[in-house]
Amino acid sequence: MKYMLLIHSGAVDEQGGAPECTVEDWMAYDKAVRDAGIHVSGESLADLVTATTVRVSRTGERTVTDGPFAETRELLGGFLVIDVPDLDAALDWAARCPGSRDGGAVVVRPVADFGA
Amino acid sequence: MAGEDASAGEARVAVEAVFREERGLLLASLVRRFGDLDLAEEVTSEAVEAALRHWPVEGVPARPGAWLLTTARRRAVDRLRRDQAYAARLAVLRADAERAEPAPAADAGSASGAGLGELPDDRLQLFFTCTHPALAAEDRAALTLRCLAGLTTPEVARAFLVPTATMAQRIVRAKKKIREARIPFRVPGPDELPERLPGVLQVVYSVFTEGYAASSGPRLQRLDLAEEAVRLARILHRLLPAEREAAGLLALLLLVHARRDARTGPEGEPVLLEEQDRGRWDRPMIEEGRDLVVQALTGGPAGPYGVQAAIAALHDEAADVESTDWAQIVALYDVLLALTPSPVVAVNRAVAVAMRDGPGAGLALLDALAGEPRLRGYPPYAVARGDLLTRLGREGEAAAAYREALEAAGTEPERAALRRRLGE
Repeated sequence: MKYMLLIHSGAVDEQGGAPECTVEDWMAYDKAVRDAGIHVSGESLADLVTATTVRVSRTGERTVTDGPFAETRELLGGFLVIDVPDLDAALDWAARCPGSRDGGAVVVRPVADFGA
Repeated sequence: MAGEDASAGEARVAVEAVFREERGLLLASLVRRFGDLDLAEEVTSEAVEAALRHWPVEGVPARPGAWLLTTARRRAVDRLRRDQAYAARLAVLRADAERAEPAPAADAGSASGAGLGELPDDRLQLFFTCTHPALAAEDRAALTLRCLAGLTTPEVARAFLVPTATMAQRIVRAKKKIREARIPFRVPGPDELPERLPGVLQVVYSVFTEGYAASSGPRLQRLDLAEEAVRLARILHRLLPAEREAAGLLALLLLVHARRDARTGPEGEPVLLEEQDRGRWDRPMIEEGRDLVVQALTGGPAGPYGVQAAIAALHDEAADVESTDWAQIVALYDVLLALTPSPVVAVNRAVAVAMRDGPGAGLALLDALAGEPRLRGYPPYAVARGDLLTRLGREGEAAAAYREALEAAGTEPERAALRRRLGE
């Protein structure tokens, strides 16, 4: 069963590190996920100032805006898709993720399976 | 057990008795085997319908629970064979089961002697699933009552005072989360148990407190709900005999539930502990609770349920309010406050201090809690203040406190009792 871990970290510095965890923590976590054989995919997102939002209205009109702007300290910093047997296993991996510490949070969502 | 000439009525009674007692066990066993709560519920209902048809004709079987399980299992297998989607799902479930075969539960021998007899007891897994922290807090108690206590959806709706349709929606949503997010049917390992067990105990305790002191509605107590909670606590304690807090919770519920008949007057009004007719307390239940308190408090540091049970035991053992061991009760509240700091515990401690050292000492402690936001609109706090002020002869202030409690009281019997006090 595939689960997506949406990593909402606290504020991030230029190197991608946060006050509560170091780049080394992330590298160790990434290695652990790969070593466990559960890694499906994952990316860390570039800084929020680089984000752009696109909306298309009912009449087909396209609006492009800068942002989104962070309303809270927590913002989506990256994601990871893992393949584990059940939610408890996914929650364990989420709890090990450096992004879940201190101000951060990891939202765990099962990936919908539309296959047979 | 009834003979072959059992009438339809007798058979129905037998089915209902077995169903009530064994539903959780039956359901848990089917969930463990098929991994699907909805399927398990459907075939359980079908097995009961089959029993209602067959037992009046063929007689009630020697092991009715086993009969129901076998019938339900056959129905489930038939369905899976017919249903392609289910068949594919079953293959996945089998693969998962092989990947992580749980610890042997079959030879635990903990299943109750009657009914399903030697069958493994899978209810503990179902407890942990229904109370999983990934489910909304309000849905955990509902699912537990539905799946383990065997209440129907309308009964669960009544328990939480919500419309049946609302409760049905909530249960469907919770079951969907269990199925689609794949909340596992498993007992957490020893390393996870300390983190997960309090959640299970909390659900049973919350069912009990709603039954013991209804938060709203026409009645003060809802004995059916309190009894279901005692039953669930019994099952948990039997399944986890080494967990002292499971013993502590059962002890607490028994020691409090033992006073149920004396807690209300002829018109359903609340009767304070000091005014209760102690001759109407359930002595065998108190004895059982006391033995369990000993279990809960020996062999390691006490947990909050064990300590609360010990306090309840001291009340139950005392011949009257005056001879109650208030010093010991205050000491236990100190322990409880250290374990679970909460303004509600502090209020109870203040009342015990008032009994030990006089109303002035208690009132000083209560007044020190006045800024606590969680005590605003909490009737027991205002009532306790009113009582101590009355004992100090400060009638005007006492009346103001009672009026405050009256505004926040959730049930009519509580309001009536407060109006009486205000009228005096």
